[in-house]
Amino acid sequence: MKRTVFWGALAVTAMTAGAAAADTLSEVKNRGELNCGVNPGLVGFAAPDANGNWAGFDVDLCKAVAAAVLGDPGKVKYVPLTGQTRFTGLSSGEVDLLARNSTWSFSRDTDLKLDFAGVNYYDGQGFMVRKDLGVTSTKELDGATICIQTGTTTELNLADYFKANGMEYQPVNIDSNAEGEQQYMAGACDAYTTDISGLAATRAAFADPENHVILPEVISKEPLAPAVRHGDNNWGDIVRWTLNALIAAEEYGITSKNIEELAKSSENPEVQRILGVTDDLGAMIGLDKEWAKRAIQASGNYGEIFAANVGEQTPIGLARGLNAQWTQGGLLYAQPFR
Amino acid sequence: MSNPNHGPDAYLREEMLPEMPPPPRETGMVKWLHENLFSGPVNAGLTVLGLLIVWFLFDHFYPWFAHSVWNASSLPECRKIIAETWGEGAGGACFAVIRERWNQYIYGFYPPGLYWRPTLVFGLLFVALAPILFSISRNIRRIVLLTAAIVTVLSLVALNTPPIWLGVAVAIFAVALLVAERRQMWLLGFSAFYPLLGVWLIWGGSFWWIIMILAGMGFGSLAFIIAGRLSPLLAGSSAIVVTLLVWVFLSGDAAKDAENLYSLAIARVDSEAIGGFLLAITIGVAGITMSLPLGIVLALARRSDMFLVSSLAVIFIEFIRGVPLITLLFVAQLLLNYFLPPGTSFDIVLRVIIMVTLFAAAYMAEVIRGGLAALPTGQYEAADALGLDYWKAQRLIVLPQALKISIPGIVSTFIGMFKDTTLVAFVGLYEPLKNISDAVRANIEWKGIYWEPFIFVGAIFFIICFSMSRYSMYLERRLQRDNR
Repeated sequence: MKRTVFWGALAVTAMTAGAAAADTLSEVKNRGELNCGVNPGLVGFAAPDANGNWAGFDVDLCKAVAAAVLGDPGKVKYVPLTGQTRFTGLSSGEVDLLARNSTWSFSRDTDLKLDFAGVNYYDGQGFMVRKDLGVTSTKELDGATICIQTGTTTELNLADYFKANGMEYQPVNIDSNAEGEQQYMAGACDAYTTDISGLAATRAAFADPENHVILPEVISKEPLAPAVRHGDNNWGDIVRWTLNALIAAEEYGITSKNIEELAKSSENPEVQRILGVTDDLGAMIGLDKEWAKRAIQASGNYGEIFAANVGEQTPIGLARGLNAQWTQGGLLYAQPFR
Repeated sequence: MSNPNHGPDAYLREEMLPEMPPPPRETGMVKWLHENLFSGPVNAGLTVLGLLIVWFLFDHFYPWFAHSVWNASSLPECRKIIAETWGEGAGGACFAVIRERWNQYIYGFYPPGLYWRPTLVFGLLFVALAPILFSISRNIRRIVLLTAAIVTVLSLVALNTPPIWLGVAVAIFAVALLVAERRQMWLLGFSAFYPLLGVWLIWGGSFWWIIMILAGMGFGSLAFIIAGRLSPLLAGSSAIVVTLLVWVFLSGDAAKDAENLYSLAIARVDSEAIGGFLLAITIGVAGITMSLPLGIVLALARRSDMFLVSSLAVIFIEFIRGVPLITLLFVAQLLLNYFLPPGTSFDIVLRVIIMVTLFAAAYMAEVIRGGLAALPTGQYEAADALGLDYWKAQRLIVLPQALKISIPGIVSTFIGMFKDTTLVAFVGLYEPLKNISDAVRANIEWKGIYWEPFIFVGAIFFIICFSMSRYSMYLERRLQRDNR
């Protein structure tokens, strides 16, 4: 509780002083480097490898934005931010862009003075239990002990869900995903709850994944979205449309492999606009003609990024589900480039 | 045999009994066991209980250690090897993660080709410390320096150090070994230069910066000498003013120009790349060396008769001691950005070092104040009676005794501070205990590994802290004067 008050106070300070950096775009250009806030380590989303090179689903968004703005996906400084410091880190100007699996919620959008640039991953909270517990639905978890990470929206969702269903639970507070796994494996809790993507990755790393099930219910909406500071709308537009370009690229079949060819030969006017062949959309957001082309070249379109980091071919093995294109029954729907 | 002075004896011992060994209960192992472990029913019960606990722990953890796997490239592979070797269901440690990722635990994300730089800095640390920590015994100094030299040079060779730098390292160690034999005080010059050298080697950049910083100090001491002819009070202040002026207005441009004329630069390394024990030891050493003098000054200030000085010291000490270190670190990471003009980036490691130093200094001040208070008033009066001024009295009479009394407390603060460096995890720096481990776990190969990194990191922390503790005991013995 005290912590919340402390962060609240910091956030208020952020509001009053926040508009310090008004023009993020020129600042980033002058610096020649994009400061991107990422998770210090989340399987599939952001993690440094043995040589310190960052990779992951969120990291690829940082690269795309850097490629669009600076022309080089490598010009990113990754600033690892913890769950507690992420929003203050953004509003204090420590980072230009927060791509750190953060849920887009009302109070964060308004009270914390963030601007979310669009959802890059639709997640939802779920539960994992041992198979021999015999539980097949979250409705049967009345009275269960549940491992829950503090300071996250999942903690609040859990309370809401159990209250709404008139059930009781015993929380076992944990600090990190690794600790949660350990507690769960040691039998300190009956169920482990976090975002479904996290549960899938955790289960994949168990010695005996077949003995654990992820319950079918998804109890919350967790639209994970990259965020920027309130008040610099042009910078927000750049991030939003970079993300849109990645999503639209998948929809129109632009991949990192065929992009050069399409730029020359595509007859589709939307593709031509995205790739800067006709119309100069880039000028409207202070960038050059080929900004979106470079963003897509950085690590491919949305589908390629998904497949490379968390998709079914990776050990994490997430299905596209909600994160499929709207034409495929998913929720991804890029606004038109016009 | 009869006694010539007396009459016939009632009883006279004719022969000596042979010496008997002491009864078995009063000797050797049995006596020790009896006295220490089984002296009564309660103690015997406690001993048995203790043995049971030890056995339980051993029984519990030994198989896990015994089934350690050191050669694997991922956790599933580890599990497979354990299952194949010791049968299905056997548990075992997977220390392969340490073997695969040891470099990140030691150096963080420092460029692998440049690992020799921090290694050299670490080796030279012992040269810099030798005249300070091992000034009493030439023998110990010799052993420490020789060990440091051999280990460092071998490591440098293993890390593919460029030949020039290998030569420099060998030369420095050779000279240090020779100088330490006869004129060890000369090594203090190296100790004074070491911080600059260390910063330059770890962060890289142009050596001209170091030269310009030294030049600023040179101008400062020149001003000290010139102004000192006029008034001693003017000397100190003008030295500081001149040094600062040179640093602020001249050093930057001069260093840039000099760099353009003749480059003395080595590859720059960002603070973000510094992690693992490199980060912990950098923060620890910097914090320790700066917090001790700062703590002494604060302790003296707090006991000062001057109202303003002492109240400022009290406010500082009580404020810092009243605030958790984590809060100070958050301030360093986040709040400072609001106060600094936009666009200035103030190195995060430097910010953290400053905060940790201030934190440790406040505790240090109280520890030393305890030492000062323990000194009999007679010592202060004796110093006054000798006609010494304040600084001379402190330097020659008071502080040597007060610091000696405070050694255990000072070293405790050092150890506590070194362990506190792991708290920088909360500001997103890659310290070895939490964030490096989390980063390693965030790769799918090692996801699910938990205890092994803790054990490895804990062992290294133990070695360092235990050495500090042993050193302080050695120092206490050496300084024992038995005069109280």
